Amino acid sequence: MFTHHEKLKDAYDAVIIGAGGHGLAAAYYLARDHGMRDVAVFEKGYIGGGNTGRNTTIIRSNYLTPEGVGFYDESVRLWQDLSAEFDLNLFYSTRGHFTLAHTDSAMRTMRWRAEVNKHFGVRSEVVDADFVRRFIPMLDLQCGGHAPIQGALYHEPGAIARHDAVAWGYGRGADRRGVEIHQQTEVTGIQVKGGRVAGVETTRGAISTPRVLCAVAGFTPRLLDMVGLRSPIYIHPLQAMVSEPLKPWLDPILVSGSLHVYVSQTARGELVMGASLDPYELHQTRSTLDFAEGLAAHMLDMFPFLSEVKVNRQWAGLADMTPDFAPIMGTTPVEGFFIDAGWGTWGFKATPVCGKTMSHTVATGNNHPLIEGFSLDRFSRFRLTGEKGAASVGH
Amino acid sequence: MKLIVCPLNGARPAAEFFYGGEVRQMPDPAACSDAEWSDYVFNRSGSPGRKYEWWCHTPSGHWFIALRDTAADVILETMPAEAARGALGASEPRS
Repeated sequence: MFTHHEKLKDAYDAVIIGAGGHGLAAAYYLARDHGMRDVAVFEKGYIGGGNTGRNTTIIRSNYLTPEGVGFYDESVRLWQDLSAEFDLNLFYSTRGHFTLAHTDSAMRTMRWRAEVNKHFGVRSEVVDADFVRRFIPMLDLQCGGHAPIQGALYHEPGAIARHDAVAWGYGRGADRRGVEIHQQTEVTGIQVKGGRVAGVETTRGAISTPRVLCAVAGFTPRLLDMVGLRSPIYIHPLQAMVSEPLKPWLDPILVSGSLHVYVSQTARGELVMGASLDPYELHQTRSTLDFAEGLAAHMLDMFPFLSEVKVNRQWAGLADMTPDFAPIMGTTPVEGFFIDAGWGTWGFKATPVCGKTMSHTVATGNNHPLIEGFSLDRFSRFRLTGEKGAASVGH
Repeated sequence: MKLIVCPLNGARPAAEFFYGGEVRQMPDPAACSDAEWSDYVFNRSGSPGRKYEWWCHTPSGHWFIALRDTAADVILETMPAEAARGALGASEPRS
């Protein structure tokens, strides 16, 4: 599926660090839309082996800020025809997405999000508990009496997709257009001369290039150290787990901020479940019993009948968090060094639009209009893009 | 990391503790530039390494400082905040 390249060339027009969905999407659109094919992608592990293969595959655009809603809505639009474009089945499945509200204050946030969404033409609405019950008859609306459901934000376009296939589709499309994807190739240094990117050192030799795109999720701070930049990014692990396969019973995607749960059922019947971040900084992908116990307890609040169901796997990824729960994208003070980072717990859904906007940014040297609210310098200007209320659960 | 040694209460389960972020020095808000202030407010040393961090034993509400390896997830040393404050120039833990 991917061409193996024995050696690195001496120079490339652009280098992308990280062969996850974001990096490969940028490579794909650089080659397809901007005619830049002399591009290398360096990956220290294997294609899609980082957070692309570790997330819980939810796609939605019901965010809180105008910047966020516009950006994610464009991504949802791009998702629609990716399978046909790649000639690869991504199992893109529109399910509808419920964010449950268990308190009056949560209902207020849902109304706020619904109004912002509608204003930008995104299909979201506030619904009552009876509406939720019709879609998810197995749900205990009282949640064991701890947290009775008041209502929900219903987002009809909410979807899931097969995450590995997204990386493979973009990777294969880039590969066919001449982009070199080098797996097992770790970047060990980035040369900067006179405030400009000059080259990249790897475990397989050094190359020169005027442009570097850093798309490495939880490893961003280490890459920024190589070019002498500081950022607000801090790393916490995010864990998830999956049950044994069951007959189909859960069609929509379900999120509860109060119970710290998000869950959907895959095409092969497994329940994919996630919760909140691990509570302290850590650069490790170990799993904990605390996490599995806590998540299982909250799942049972909502679905007591799952008490005999087994958990098949548990894993973690490294989330690069930002203070305002929005990403950090675009140009940096180092000329030719671009970042697509700060994707914390919300990066998978943005894969296509990140590829589109970052390829534009790398090719032209200017930030794409859709990512202006996400620039690194927003912090020094005290102009944050507050997405905490819509980013995920339990932050 | 299952147990954390609180300087006041001794070894307790890790679940009893709250992480307060890396120990940092606050610049003088009246004297520093906007750039220095935003660097202090937002920027972090995000790479793995040995870091002095604020931790709180929540049942007793006791804040202290721990030296932790954030790659290996091992606490190398814990110390009372008063002892470390002078040596590290630490300001209050982040919210």
